Amino acid sequence: MTRNYYESGDLADFPNIAEHAQEQGKKFFDYYGASTSAGKLSEREKSLIALAVAMTQNCPYCIDAYTNKCLSLGIGEDEMMEAVHVGAAMMAGITLVHSTQMRKIIKKKAM
Amino acid sequence: MQEIRQLEALEKYHVHFAEKLAGPVLASGVEILQLNVGKRCNLSCRHCHVEAGNERKEMMSGDILKRCLEVIRENSGITTIDITGGAPEMNPSVKGFIKDAAKIGRRLMVRSNLAILADEDYADYAEIYADNGVEIVASLPDCDEARADRQRGAGFFRKFIGVAERLNEMGYGKPGTGLLLNLVHNPVGAYLPALQKSIEEDYRTRLKSYHGLDFNALYCINNMPVGRYLDFLIASGNYEDYMQVLAEAFNPAALDNVMCRTMVSVAWDGTLYDCDFNQMLGLPVCPEHSRHIGSFDLKRLGNRPIALHNHCYGCTAGAGSSCQGSLD
Repeated sequence: MTRNYYESGDLADFPNIAEHAQEQGKKFFDYYGASTSAGKLSEREKSLIALAVAMTQNCPYCIDAYTNKCLSLGIGEDEMMEAVHVGAAMMAGITLVHSTQMRKIIKKKAM
Repeated sequence: MQEIRQLEALEKYHVHFAEKLAGPVLASGVEILQLNVGKRCNLSCRHCHVEAGNERKEMMSGDILKRCLEVIRENSGITTIDITGGAPEMNPSVKGFIKDAAKIGRRLMVRSNLAILADEDYADYAEIYADNGVEIVASLPDCDEARADRQRGAGFFRKFIGVAERLNEMGYGKPGTGLLLNLVHNPVGAYLPALQKSIEEDYRTRLKSYHGLDFNALYCINNMPVGRYLDFLIASGNYEDYMQVLAEAFNPAALDNVMCRTMVSVAWDGTLYDCDFNQMLGLPVCPEHSRHIGSFDLKRLGNRPIALHNHCYGCTAGAGSSCQGSLD
């Protein structure tokens, strides 16, 4: 039997993460529910944001959960891929903009 | 043989539906008579539990349809006549049946793929439906052309939109006309639909802005692990995961509202079933003395135990699902 740090079946354990810290866990789930359900942004828009974040954070649980949620909401593969590119572009931009620090140091120290 | 093979496949899921129940599920009357008037269809959808297609020969005869009318007349508690198929329009006896059934004054609905009305041989059904106050329940799995066609076949979406535009012009789907055009959404893949309200808003926005279409309500239906959809689940390696998703979402409260409790489903040959899915699996109603429309006995059928199997997870998952959408 192969054992991995990430098991797809472990996604079903998500509702149990309040174990050993019920009060904080409940607060988290209240916050999570309020933040991800429809508000001024629709459930579709929020699910695409969550999918993009899941990708940028390399979270297999979230990728599984939000890919399925997007499919259930009737969001197209092309729309999901656009969201992934937003995440990818942001990650690239975030990496590149930090070169400012590097370039500042170079400019200061290099002869 | 196909029925036995499918039942064997369903049997393989390790948590049997019956284990989830405290006791038998009993009918509570017969309010809906659903007639599957034949398996012939202009489409061969990849998820079809009937495995309908143009090559299918099974067709309800005029005599069986007449007997159905007698049963409806004799039983005033049957308030809804629900015509399904295949494509009901491809049964030549259906036109006459609709005209006769409308005179009885019950809710009369037909489940149509609409694309069939784009064929000039069947185009007159639009007027027949409107003239007889027939409620149309039309399947549209997705508002996106490519995805809808992926499930229902190339060219389906454009035909559907064209016919729906015509129905809108006739008053279908418009407030105040009394002509109801309800749509059905079902997932194009091995997953469950989101909440009906959420999908309905999206359909309304997209169909209106892209195609100028109006409709009355959207029904979200889970794909049942029966027929071609079950074959797809097995062939794609999704069977176990899909059944697990359904079983984990089992909602005992949904049992109060499942359609089989108030419905009898009549097959093309007159055999009676609890629902269209049991019909395709060859699981007839329990009362042996009333298993055919010719021996329809409301007393026996009205409190019968429903025949259950693992496909029943499909109607009891989450908010529940029925031929009339989610049950919440």
